[in-house]
Amino acid sequence: MAYAAGVDVGSTQTKAVVIDEDGQIIGRSLVDTGANVIQAAQNAFDEALRAKGLSEQEVEYVIGTGYGRYRVTFGNDQVTEISCHARGAVHLFPNTRTVVDMGGQDTKAILVSENGEIVDFCMNDKCAAGTGRFLGAASAALDIPLDNLGEVALRSTHPVKISTTCTVFAESEVLSWLGKGKTIEDILWGVHRSIATRSIGLMRRVGIEDEITFTGGVSRNSAMVAALEQNCGKKMNVSEDCQFIGALGAALFALERIKTGRIPTQEAS
Amino acid sequence: MTLTAGIDVGSTYTKVVLFDAERQILARALRPTGFRLAEVAREAFDACLAEAGLKESDIDYVVATGFGRHRVDFKDIAVTDLTAAARGAHHFFPGTRTVLDIGGQTMKASRVDGSAKVVAFRLNDKCAAGTGAFLEKTARYMGYSVEEIGQVMQTSREAVPISGVCAVFAESEVINHLSLGTPPGDIMQGAIESLTTRTVQLMRRIKAQPEYTLVGGILRFETMARTVEKSLDHAVNVPPDGYCQFIAALGAAILGHQRLAKLAATPERAAAPV
Repeated sequence: MAYAAGVDVGSTQTKAVVIDEDGQIIGRSLVDTGANVIQAAQNAFDEALRAKGLSEQEVEYVIGTGYGRYRVTFGNDQVTEISCHARGAVHLFPNTRTVVDMGGQDTKAILVSENGEIVDFCMNDKCAAGTGRFLGAASAALDIPLDNLGEVALRSTHPVKISTTCTVFAESEVLSWLGKGKTIEDILWGVHRSIATRSIGLMRRVGIEDEITFTGGVSRNSAMVAALEQNCGKKMNVSEDCQFIGALGAALFALERIKTGRIPTQEAS
Repeated sequence: MTLTAGIDVGSTYTKVVLFDAERQILARALRPTGFRLAEVAREAFDACLAEAGLKESDIDYVVATGFGRHRVDFKDIAVTDLTAAARGAHHFFPGTRTVLDIGGQTMKASRVDGSAKVVAFRLNDKCAAGTGAFLEKTARYMGYSVEEIGQVMQTSREAVPISGVCAVFAESEVINHLSLGTPPGDIMQGAIESLTTRTVQLMRRIKAQPEYTLVGGILRFETMARTVEKSLDHAVNVPPDGYCQFIAALGAAILGHQRLAKLAATPERAAAPV
């Protein structure tokens, strides 16, 4: 049995996925990236292997992706996260044409063709507005764990309109709404809507097609899904694997290299 | 003796200045703004009166300015912070033709004429990377408070480049530099230089001309003015004795005297209901 793996080193979290030769996920893991990026990549890989008791040697090919892909020291090659997200999304949801990936520090919109190739993409990597960091700021200001933000926001009845663009100023705006007596639920739903507005703008630049797949850590947030769906009037594909789609895409590229024999020799790599 | 008060409710601090008809500053006071704008304006005003040993009834006219000026319920009139800062800058430096105001959450550049009237301006209040918040965030990422920024910067020998694109993304840059052993002073100086780049861009857009007068809370860190000077290759004015933070409040108080003089010259307007 041949195994392939993908390691996605994100700004906030590092994800690893191990697949078998049929492309089935047999192990996956998630660790905080932290300051020691090389160690985080290794830890994520080790943990994904542990699920099925595999050793590192049994994995034939490893591809690193994400902003820290060159720190995956045991990786055979690197592929950009744009390619990996497109590949993983089409694998999980074959009719995907638009991919929106919301991570800790950037948001990307990708348009893919019927065979999973990238047609166009754009991202906001210059400004933290409209990224997961905006939620992080709200979480800190309101002292609510990041994972609970979605369910609280969905209880909103009279949403406030967040007017600031900048994530830094949003933190003070959240506090000033609290000071004016608005509920946490209403403020949080406003925060989600504000992020959705910016993300939809990004998606429009590449094209919002019929089938949209939402990937990245923020896709676990049910209020974010609802806010995006409400804004663009379309359903989104989400799954519990969505956070691992970048790593899955990398593993699928790795598997392809094994199958097509495009494996560089140990000396060459 | 006619007395006026200028109250500047800024995004970060609320400032009050009392000014008499002989162009003397009688007292000043400063309070963090927070979210209770009306209450804080009142507290700062009372503190300033106490400092001068005066009562509220001794003050003939109250002029409010700053983003929270409409929340000052005891004001006689409100003026924009650009108008007020131009007037205040003119008090210390009558040759001022450009006023640059760097506050906690805004940066404003205005070109003014010989009588301190604003003829052109540009401002940034959308992005923290072009405001004092950028320095505050950089300091916080390294575990320092805002008040420690001045001290930290004194230790700088050689600035490291900090990208001024986003105050949030700067965090990873700062942490990377710290983990490489870069002294905090050099990182702080890098942030100042980055902010200065945005400052000079804003000044260019209003076709800024000397004399340049720099005001706002950020100017209490001396390095800021020196860095802007280097970047402009021209000397800049900074109000003395920590007055850089009080310029808009001072300008508002001065405008109060002008307004009173105008009202005295046209008594029918003074009698009209406000």
